[in-house]
Amino acid sequence: MKKFGNFVANDNLNFEVYEGEIFGFLGANGAGKTTAIRILSGLSESTSGEVIVAGYNAKKQPEQIKKNIGYMCQKFSLYADLTVKENIMLYGGIYGMRKALIRERTDILLNKLNFREYGDRFISDLPLGLKQKLAFSVAVMHEPKIVFLDEPTGGVDPITRRQFWEMIYETAARDITVFVTTHYMDEAEYCDRISIMSEGKIVALDTPVELKKQYDAESVEEVFVKIARPGNTPHPTPISSRGEGE
Amino acid sequence: MKRFLGFVKKEFLHIFRDFRTLVILFGIPVVQILVFGFVVSTDLKNAPVAFLDLSNDEITQKVSDKICSSGFFRRGETLLNYNDIDKTFRKNKIKAVIIYEKDFGRKLISEGKASMSIITDGSEPNMATLITNYITAIVTDFNRELAGSQTTGKLMVQPEVRMFYNPSLKGHFMFVPGVITLILILICALMTSVTITREKEFGTMEVLLVSPLKPVQIILGKVMPYFLLSFINVIMILLLSWLVFGLPVKGSLVLLLAESMLYILMSLSLGILISTVSKTMQQAIFISFVGLMLPTILLSGFIFPIENMPSGYGWVAALMPPKYFIIIIKNIMIKGTGFLYVWKETLVLTVMASAFIWLSIRKFKIRLG
Repeated sequence: MKKFGNFVANDNLNFEVYEGEIFGFLGANGAGKTTAIRILSGLSESTSGEVIVAGYNAKKQPEQIKKNIGYMCQKFSLYADLTVKENIMLYGGIYGMRKALIRERTDILLNKLNFREYGDRFISDLPLGLKQKLAFSVAVMHEPKIVFLDEPTGGVDPITRRQFWEMIYETAARDITVFVTTHYMDEAEYCDRISIMSEGKIVALDTPVELKKQYDAESVEEVFVKIARPGNTPHPTPISSRGEGE
Repeated sequence: MKRFLGFVKKEFLHIFRDFRTLVILFGIPVVQILVFGFVVSTDLKNAPVAFLDLSNDEITQKVSDKICSSGFFRRGETLLNYNDIDKTFRKNKIKAVIIYEKDFGRKLISEGKASMSIITDGSEPNMATLITNYITAIVTDFNRELAGSQTTGKLMVQPEVRMFYNPSLKGHFMFVPGVITLILILICALMTSVTITREKEFGTMEVLLVSPLKPVQIILGKVMPYFLLSFINVIMILLLSWLVFGLPVKGSLVLLLAESMLYILMSLSLGILISTVSKTMQQAIFISFVGLMLPTILLSGFIFPIENMPSGYGWVAALMPPKYFIIIIKNIMIKGTGFLYVWKETLVLTVMASAFIWLSIRKFKIRLG
């Protein structure tokens, strides 16, 4: 299997993500998830260490990385005053897709989401669940090698969350690596592998099944509470010098 | 390039779909031009004048008629005694009172001298001075007619005062350059800083920064629409002031538009600079208003002459880019001078623009890091 990401920062983060994998990135608020995802997606630079995303070095080939990743953030990432189609057209254009290709993908995308009649509606008129699904579809429209999802399902109802994860599975089946952060522990169960962060360090990294066995827990939630609760860290470490912000 | 064009198109959609943005872009310039032109006008037009005629003869009638038919004044109340003066002023009905002394006409003919008083409302000092000057001029004119008609041929030497560049003392001539200066800094600095901070606040900026668009392309894409629209605004204001107030551009139109572009560029880079230091739209609006709008109105020489300011303020005014643009635009529009007369101001603006562009690009990069 191809090595996909290799990431070392000041806080001694060291992990690899495999192609086509759904990689869950868990951690309490302030554990450093957002910083890590910002470094991986090129929004900020690591102070030291080597970051390789989609096979490219973050310091030497940032342009190549940008072309090959998708990104969807906590905050809502589509333009409320543009219509569904205009948003799709804009992102397709930004990623350098040809107009014909954008149209073709727009059709597929709208059909899949049962969005046909929403094409000319403004984003501001859509319910949150639909918006999030659309934002995700747009983030993978250009067929990136890896897509970063930063708490994509925050504030969304359980049914929509379920549908959202079905979309994530489909995406991973297309060999697009999914890198997702979340607070919902049930979602963590859906991931191929998860890593749990605490105080800027990765304290656990394995498949959900393995982790549950290792920590003698019934659910990932139990694992998480055992590991991430302050003072309960298996390998206590001083807070790293790098400021971690959520 | 195609990426960039798609991005610019999106910016135009933002502008044309937001009613408030459109009002600021095209409503405010029109309203300001009309308000400053018609309402805040400092011209004298049909100012009411009351007369206290203690002589009431043929000559005082003639003088009064001449004053009232000038177009600057109209006949207000006719007063009967001195006590009425204070009363009518307090009722705020009139701008001035003219008093003729007893036996005005007889004295003028027999002694060649008669006196009249002009009383004005000192609570409006500018208006009071203006009225005094106008009435004095009219009376002087009357004197000359009188002297000319006399067979003795005695001619008084009269000083002739003439206002250069604005011979009919029209107030709008002074404010059109000011309004252009104000509108451009408002649109360019305020709107660009708001549109950039808006993306930051809504989280869409992150998506753009993650995308293959280069930061320079994002900035250019953001400012390009405003550059075009501000330029259209300049043309609109010039057309409006020409069609409504009959104010032509005396100097070179090309030079005027070129200088405007320089000023627009400077304001846009100021806007980007503001956006890099503010986290929210409110902050950007606040900085633009307090940091740019107020100084432009108060310290640029738009309304209050810089020469009359205490020396400290003069120094502050020297740091205000609008000050230089107002000088340039007044020179070209009203005096009709060429580039040779405004090259110093142009140089100052160029230096300021380069400094702001350099600073804003640097700041924008630092923020990304």
